[in-house]
Amino acid sequence: MSDRYWQPRPQEAATAVRAAEPLLQVRDLRTEFRTQDGVVHAVNGISYSLREGEALGIVGESGCGKSVSALTLMRLIPTPPGHIAGGEVLFQGRDLLKLKEDEIRHVRGNDIAMIFQDPMTSLNPVLTIGRQIGEALELHKGLDRKAARQRAIELLEMVGIPSARSRVDDYPHQFSGGMRQRVMIAMAISCEPRVLIADEPTTALDVTIQAQILELIKRLQTDLGMAVILITHDLGVVAGVCDRIAVMYAGYIVEEAPAEELFADPRHPYTLGLLRSVPRMDQPRGERLVPIEGLPPDLINLPAGCPFAPRCSYAVDRSETENPKLEPVGPNHRVACWVDVRAEGGDGHRA
Amino acid sequence: MATAPDSAAAPAPANGHAPLLDVRGLKMYFPITQGILIQRRTGWVRAVDDITFHINRGETLGLVGESGCGKSTTGRAILQLYRPTAGAVLLEGQDLTRVGGGELRRTRRKMQMIFQDPYASLNPRMTVGSIIAEPLEIHGLARGKAKQERVTELLRLVNLNPYFANRYPHEFSGGQRQRIGIARALAVEPQLIICDEPISALDVSIQAQIINLLEELQADLGLTYLFIAHDLSVVRHISDRVAVMYVGKIVELTDSNSLYEQPLHPYTRALLSAVPVPDPAVERKRRRIILTGDPASPVNPPVACRFHPRCPFAQDLCHEVEPPLAEVRPGHWVACHFWKEIEERAGPIGAPDAVE
Repeated sequence: MSDRYWQPRPQEAATAVRAAEPLLQVRDLRTEFRTQDGVVHAVNGISYSLREGEALGIVGESGCGKSVSALTLMRLIPTPPGHIAGGEVLFQGRDLLKLKEDEIRHVRGNDIAMIFQDPMTSLNPVLTIGRQIGEALELHKGLDRKAARQRAIELLEMVGIPSARSRVDDYPHQFSGGMRQRVMIAMAISCEPRVLIADEPTTALDVTIQAQILELIKRLQTDLGMAVILITHDLGVVAGVCDRIAVMYAGYIVEEAPAEELFADPRHPYTLGLLRSVPRMDQPRGERLVPIEGLPPDLINLPAGCPFAPRCSYAVDRSETENPKLEPVGPNHRVACWVDVRAEGGDGHRA
Repeated sequence: MATAPDSAAAPAPANGHAPLLDVRGLKMYFPITQGILIQRRTGWVRAVDDITFHINRGETLGLVGESGCGKSTTGRAILQLYRPTAGAVLLEGQDLTRVGGGELRRTRRKMQMIFQDPYASLNPRMTVGSIIAEPLEIHGLARGKAKQERVTELLRLVNLNPYFANRYPHEFSGGQRQRIGIARALAVEPQLIICDEPISALDVSIQAQIINLLEELQADLGLTYLFIAHDLSVVRHISDRVAVMYVGKIVELTDSNSLYEQPLHPYTRALLSAVPVPDPAVERKRRRIILTGDPASPVNPPVACRFHPRCPFAQDLCHEVEPPLAEVRPGHWVACHFWKEIEERAGPIGAPDAVE
């Protein structure tokens, strides 16, 4: 692995001055899908920020808007039926939602890169691995074919593909699931992005392979100083990787806190419910699980009040009529709930 | 092909009671063919390769392993959905591999299956009522009004509104569909239910609902489960005993507590250490064994011990002699030549507070 490709870039001097400012700021982001049945409110005004080199976890169940919010900030929402209904995404002082198509294309892959759940369908089956990695390098970095191929080999070595020099000419079907995800990661980091968005990167993989990939993401985050947004439904995955965690439900962020605090002192009934409903390997066997009763709401007809109220055992009258805003309850800890679950006896998930 | 091993060398029931299900030397090979008109067999996929275990009445046996290890094939071969290549599957003493036709259909009343994908396993053109009533008709168990009453009873049993009987599967969520699948399996009053990844397609908050339902039904109806899953924390929660599979072989088999507290096989140890725990404080302290490489292929499995190419403890003996599944402690079976040395050298891992 050579160091010459990892020299500091010119804008790094500028970012050092603005170090206090977050790298990426999402404000009041809203995304809708206009379908035959009505407007699906997928993302309903979420705000968060990401600092340089930080790992943010976005956790939630299917349909909570976690993937849509990430696709929105990359401007990858299919339009129509998708529609970015409002908000702004500030990256290095520019609003990504206002960029022209050719400008955003330069941001994608170059500044913000993304990896997806299914590494097979994300790779082109008729191009060699080397060509697919090289493509981005030729486009964004202006390398010629030979240099791009050389760089592709280095990247494959960096993500731990054995005998990279010979495998660079292989096709995707010749790689296993875990190896394909490594190729996807090599492609994503090829232009040294400031932000890596990983959307369920290990969901399609076996547990021993999942451990390998998470270890790789952590190592690259440290080595390259990348910020990471890790989107997953698995609380265990974010616990090991992320510094800060946002929990999403029905298109809203309902709780956001540093990782340790979120698990030790969950303050939203939904977070509490999620933690109680999964069996844990490090706790004694035989305890009954406490499921969250009912189903997530229909995103076309969202309830007027708190979207979690119909399933919530802490709900009060106000929850039915008014949706609580995400408010600070401590340093770096924000919760959207009318009830203080600690006062109600919900003293953490170890209860 | 080898016949079933003698019972002395296999994990047999410890007490005098005969087990409900006794699987002996089960092999399930699938042919690999080449050619378009004339198909020549060029090899075998050894999906399940000589496994032996039993399940007692009212017990839950967990079967875990990574994708392609043969755990689902084992479930299907027990039900005779695939006819096994070799070995015996004894349900209440009757060898299912030797029966066929109507006789086999009658034995299917005793064993049912719950499938992974609740979207693909229900016929979209049938109402929920007729889906649940179908096994009753096939086995001639109820007709007319009695059938409707039984459907109502089954829907109540899985906590669904009996009014749903006239609706179609697409009107239901994944969790509700899985309940319909469970009601269908229960219709014929089976003794053994094979649950093939019953919750892996469901959301986290819904998974716990289904696990609790399965546990309640077991307590109320005295069911016996073979619980096939890749999620080790769920398997630990629901199972009395657990078998770990790797590329067609059982490598370790013991009760849940021993497996998670004192895993002996190096593969089990790596598997357990790889499962993330939803608690950053614990995660930081845990020791993780990261295996290199991918699971071996069942087409061309490594000789002798199938785990040796990935095993950090492998020695010459491991690629010369296949380790037998041996009872090394009462009720604890492991297939590894060096389990004792590994335990002494590496110390316990699965323990909750494993600290580096």
